[in-house]
Amino acid sequence: MRVTQGTFSYLPELTDEEIGLQVAYALDRGWPCSIEFTDDPHPRNTYWEMWGLPMFDLKDPAGVLLELNECRKAYPAAYIRLNAYDARYGRQTTALSFLVQRPAEEPGFRLDRAEGSDRRIGYTTHAYAADRPQGERYR
Amino acid sequence: MGYWRPDYVPKDTDVLAAFRITPQPGVPPEEAGAAVAGESSTATWTVVWTDRLTSYENYQAKCYKVDPVPGREGQFIASIAYDLDLFEEGSIANLTSSIIGNVFGFKALKALRLEDMRIPAHYVKTFQGPAHGIVMEREHLGKFGRPLLGATVKPKLGLSARNYGRVVYEALRGGLDFTKDDENINSQPFMRWRDRFLYCMEAVNRAQAASGEIKGHYLNVTAGTMEAMYERAGFAKELGSVIVMIDLTVGYTAIQSMAHWARANGVLLHLHRAGHSTYTRQKAHGVSFRVIAKWMRLAGVDHIHAGTVVGKLEGDPNSVAGFYDVLRKDRIEADPVKGLYFDQDWASTPGCMPVASGGIHAGQMHQLLHYLDEDVVLQFGGGTIGHPMGIAAGAAANRVALEAMIKARNEGRDFLREGEDILRAAAKHSRELDVALATWGDITFTYESTDTPDVVETPVSA
Repeated sequence: MRVTQGTFSYLPELTDEEIGLQVAYALDRGWPCSIEFTDDPHPRNTYWEMWGLPMFDLKDPAGVLLELNECRKAYPAAYIRLNAYDARYGRQTTALSFLVQRPAEEPGFRLDRAEGSDRRIGYTTHAYAADRPQGERYR
Repeated sequence: MGYWRPDYVPKDTDVLAAFRITPQPGVPPEEAGAAVAGESSTATWTVVWTDRLTSYENYQAKCYKVDPVPGREGQFIASIAYDLDLFEEGSIANLTSSIIGNVFGFKALKALRLEDMRIPAHYVKTFQGPAHGIVMEREHLGKFGRPLLGATVKPKLGLSARNYGRVVYEALRGGLDFTKDDENINSQPFMRWRDRFLYCMEAVNRAQAASGEIKGHYLNVTAGTMEAMYERAGFAKELGSVIVMIDLTVGYTAIQSMAHWARANGVLLHLHRAGHSTYTRQKAHGVSFRVIAKWMRLAGVDHIHAGTVVGKLEGDPNSVAGFYDVLRKDRIEADPVKGLYFDQDWASTPGCMPVASGGIHAGQMHQLLHYLDEDVVLQFGGGTIGHPMGIAAGAAANRVALEAMIKARNEGRDFLREGEDILRAAAKHSRELDVALATWGDITFTYESTDTPDVVETPVSA
């Protein structure tokens, strides 16, 4: 399967040059970028690990790409996403977030059903990879 | 008594209303404007001595301006100010009973239309506002930087619950964020609500597991009584639905009750504006949708249908831009081109997500993004379910088209002008989009709008 979180998961993987154009778009609007990675892509896993702090003062897309490639080197089999943050009053939230690396193989999710009375079912989404300890989930 | 007060300077705390009045022959416009002010506040058809027991100057609405509408003989815009003291805190029912209660049947007027209102921040703050709002919705769904995608299940009547859930599953796994019950799907003999909810949630959860994304189906909880709506909403919550929906036909008080329920229970609230065209569409009589949009943002819904510009339903580009501003912005400046008569300060009330639905397809993606921008749910019903390769393929086509357009826009391309090229290039990687463009690429709905702003010269839309 293919995890389709993020703004561009239905397109072919973005090249570094294309990622740089998206970063430039964000920086032009005054949105600092940040990099996060995880080996638990559950749709409700909000808090991916932060690759350092948000790059509040970085104004050059090349610098962001440099950090991204460091993160890729350190975690070659993780999901990595690039976020842009809009701190404007009334907004103060993520403005753009897209995947910039995914594991070569994505086993996906199992749907567990707890069958209750009156045909009620309690659903749980379970990442196959999460059965292994953190750090050993994707190769 | 003096309801015509050309010297009156509205206070910051006043509720202001702009009415389009068409007086009967022989009735001077100032008199007609004063009559509207009177009938929508303290006046009755004759003088009553009991007025003199009150400090009536405060309770009388004041018509402070009457301007002719250029090019429309016999029509005038009357501006009327109401003291804040006339209204109950946090009650759309009270606000509307006051402003549009009796006056629309007034014999001295041929026609009357409420064009816009300025709700002072003092009054705004007495309403809950959207249960979650645009920012919280996006954070909850984990979806940023693009419009959300939806589809209404079709055919809207007759599918069994099991077949209905199939459409939901296919559309969501194919790439949509939301699917939707239509306004008249409630609990009919062919499909009872509880069965629909169970099958739809199976579909939603299957699609979540297949994509790793959060998905939702707007479960319509509209019913004949408030008790039945709470029962249905409660069941939707118990099954884990992120969103429920209601129809505008349930009434303002029921909408406010459901908005409070939605915030208390962490469930998004979608509003289908069923029935609004009976009073919003005609230019001379009724209530403009921009006023309904303001009331619904106060009432506290998270989503409301607000027009597509390019689809099959009424929607002049300037008017629709005004509706979207009313729903999304925190401060709005008066802009007669968009039909916005007053400045409006929302005092940090969360934004309400507009929904564009009705006769739109992937081939219009550049126009949709241009007119409607990013904080919007684009709903392709026929444009998903009618895809020749199947429902999931239709959904994927829409998602590919959307992501390609966002990517191109962010790259700095003139996406409106180059839209068709961008879509054709994206279709090289997506057979689903290629087939969608071949099927619907040249379908347009170009009819003249009936509801267009006209107090200033407006550019004619292409």
